[in-house]
Order: sequence, then C-alpha cells, then structure tokens
Amino acid sequence: MAGTAVRRRLTWQVATVAAVCDETATVRTIELRTPDWAGHRAGQHVDVRLTAEDGYTAERSYSIASAPGEPVAITVQRLANGEVSPYLTGELRAGDELEVRGPIGGYFVWDADDATRPLLLAAGGSGIVPFRSILRHRARSGTVVPVRLLYSVRSLPDVIYRGELDQCTGSVSVTYALTRQAPPGWTGHRGRVDATLLADVAWPVSREPVAYVCGPTAFVETVAEGLVRLGYPPQQVKTERFGGPGGP
Amino acid sequence: MSPISRGFHGRRSDEAAAPGRVPPGQYVTHDFPVLSAGPTPHTRTEAWTFSIRQAGDVLKSWTWQEMRALSAETVTADIHCVTRWSKLDTQWEGVSVDILLEQARAEAAYVLAFSDGGYTTNLPIDDVTGGQAWVAFGYDGKPLEAEHGGPARLLVPHLYFWKSAKWVRGLELLDHDEAGFWETYGYHMYGDPWREQRYAGD
Repeated sequence: MAGTAVRRRLTWQVATVAAVCDETATVRTIELRTPDWAGHRAGQHVDVRLTAEDGYTAERSYSIASAPGEPVAITVQRLANGEVSPYLTGELRAGDELEVRGPIGGYFVWDADDATRPLLLAAGGSGIVPFRSILRHRARSGTVVPVRLLYSVRSLPDVIYRGELDQCTGSVSVTYALTRQAPPGWTGHRGRVDATLLADVAWPVSREPVAYVCGPTAFVETVAEGLVRLGYPPQQVKTERFGGPGGP
Repeated sequence: MSPISRGFHGRRSDEAAAPGRVPPGQYVTHDFPVLSAGPTPHTRTEAWTFSIRQAGDVLKSWTWQEMRALSAETVTADIHCVTRWSKLDTQWEGVSVDILLEQARAEAAYVLAFSDGGYTTNLPIDDVTGGQAWVAFGYDGKPLEAEHGGPARLLVPHLYFWKSAKWVRGLELLDHDEAGFWETYGYHMYGDPWREQRYAGD
C-alpha cells in the first residue's frame, strides 16, 4: 500500500527477445531476457524503448504478462495505425534486442501474500494481460482465494491466452462476453457487459471482494460504475484504462 | 549506447508537424485518453465546494456558484500524459489558481491538491502561481465531462498531466513537499515532461 513503493531509480537496460508467441491474429506475447531485473509484482508495467538506425527513439508502456518470478513477458496488440505495436507484433523475433525499464506502478497490483478477498477480474480485450500475471501468480502461490474472471472480447478467436484460460477450474471461473460474434450453439453471454451480467458474475458485496477492471475506457467506466452500484466500495475497485497503461 | 532495433524505422511525423512541442518519449494523440485509478466519482455541482486548507483550517471555500462567478479564462495548452500521449492545443475554461490563493490570503511553499475519490497530487507553489494553473470546468467549449475530471479539475499543463488532478476539491497548503497518490507509487515528485521526469530518480 501507500508508502511501501521502492524508490529505486529505474534505468534502461538492454533486453533480448527470448521467444515470441502469437496469441491471436493481432496479438503477440514477447518473452524477454533481462540481465538485471529486480523482480515485479502482478499487475505492474514495463517501459519499452526502440531505437531506429538514425537514433530516433520511441517509448511505450506495456503491462507485464508474466508472474512474479517468471521472465518478463509482454503481450502486445497490433494497432492499425500504431508506430510501435506493428513492429513488436510483426518484425521483432527471438534474439533481437530492445531496451526496457521497470517495473512501474504500484497501485493496480495484486499480491498473493496478503490476499484474503475474493477476486473479481474484469477484462475488456487486451485488458486481460495484467490478469494473466495475476492468475499465474495466484497459481504459483497456492493461495485459495477464489477468482471470477469476466472477459469481454469480440469473438472466441480474439480471446488472448485461450489455452491457459480454458484450463482454469475449480476456484477460478471464467465467463466470456462475446461482443461481436458467437459460434453456433454458444450458450454464454452475447453482447457487451451489462448490469445483469455483472450482477450475475460479480462476487456479492457480503463476501468483501476486491475488483480489478482493465480495458478500454468505455468498458472500464461501465464495469466500475456497475460495481459501485452493486455496492462495491470505490476503493475496492481498481481500474486501469488502456490506450495508455501505466498508472496515472 | 542504445542498441539499434533491427528493422525499426519509426515515424517522426509528430515532431515534424509540431517542432519543439512534443517532449521526449511522447507521441501526439488526437483522442483524449482517460486514465484513473478507480471508479469515476459523480459529484453534483450543488454539493461541490473548493477549499484552500492549511494546518487543519479552511482558509477559504467556494461553492460551485461562487467559483463560477469568479473571472474565468480560456486557456489553450498542450498537455502531456506520463503514459506517453501528448495532445496539442487543448482548450479549457477555468479560474486561475492565482485568484483563489489571493482571495484565501494564502502563503505556502507547496500544495497538495485533493480530489473526490481520495486522489492527491503534490506541486510546488511556484508551479501553481504566475498564470500557470487553473481550476478548469470547461473543455472544448463544453462543461468538463466526469470521466475527464468534471465538474472541475486542476489544470497545470506544464507538468505531466497526473498533476492536473481530476475531480479536484481543494488545495492543502504545506511548508514541505509531500508525496501525493502516484508519487507514493514511484512516480516523480515534480514531473517535468521536458526533462522526462516520469519516475522517482528521473
């Protein structure tokens, strides 16, 4: 919590791409080898810097997709008019070098050690990325805190980490909301997350849950306000909008 | 020495289109991204006040109507978010913090802006005086939307935009610099985009 943030200076370091893995047609996970990584918490970010031959640089922030203790990985969605994401999801390959610094952010984080509250994770699109870190962290820690994941995504082929999410069982339940296209025979939710679905999936307030909401602004606004209407105390609803992840 | 990112060419159009206006590490966006740590508060203007406090005392407080009765300015400014987007030529309407501090007869070395939802951020007094900071309630000719900090937010465009506290409700006057919300989580105490002061130690 407040006051515990480490005030270590964050310096740029050269990272080597260990592996790349295509998650969907437009999303790629990039695993990095970082020689001097102080470790990260689930939900934190890393800054990435690219340098062109003429010295031009571009920087972006990405959510870390791997659990604390695992090598740093990021998952990047290709944006049609992006400057950096088409490079990271297209050109970049194992052995390439880029610069990183981090970890960054200490609010949108989840630590298994002091977790007691049932966990609600609500993701819109690539807002799922920090939750992969949280879910892996939870699995590695052995905590019994139950998790409900609500994942709003255009269609099943757009689900990021599909294989991993499909293996969630028991105390981790996954609910998809398919906003554009559902396969024949789909019995799950179609359309955007609404108040009914949210009331259905969200832990009752009496269980004293904590919620993490990550996705595009409209999704985050809908879900966060929906949770407050269900009685969630605002301070137990942590949000992160993308288009600019990384805190403020 | 930074390694060359094989096959990366980048796109220099931002700097070419607006020379000298895009700080290092930033790119220009035409959207208005929203970033905040929790649910958006919706404070009705009837219930809204803006207070200047010092050592537990309220030096001066304004209701919404009183604030709106003060002389407001239209401000055109470039804004820079620490998450790397910059937006050029944004148009705001608000009351200069100079007016508020003067009416409160306030003197201090630092301020801690506080907001609905518990958000805080710290600034030196020299950065919120001299026509550099406003309590803004209008954006682009319209009332400021809640998701962008309405009914009113602080506007301090020369610093990273997290210093421009959304849903602002007042300023706490301090004789020392005290970390606000993001500053406690490792963001820079001052936050000058031109010196790329994103994180503590930058």
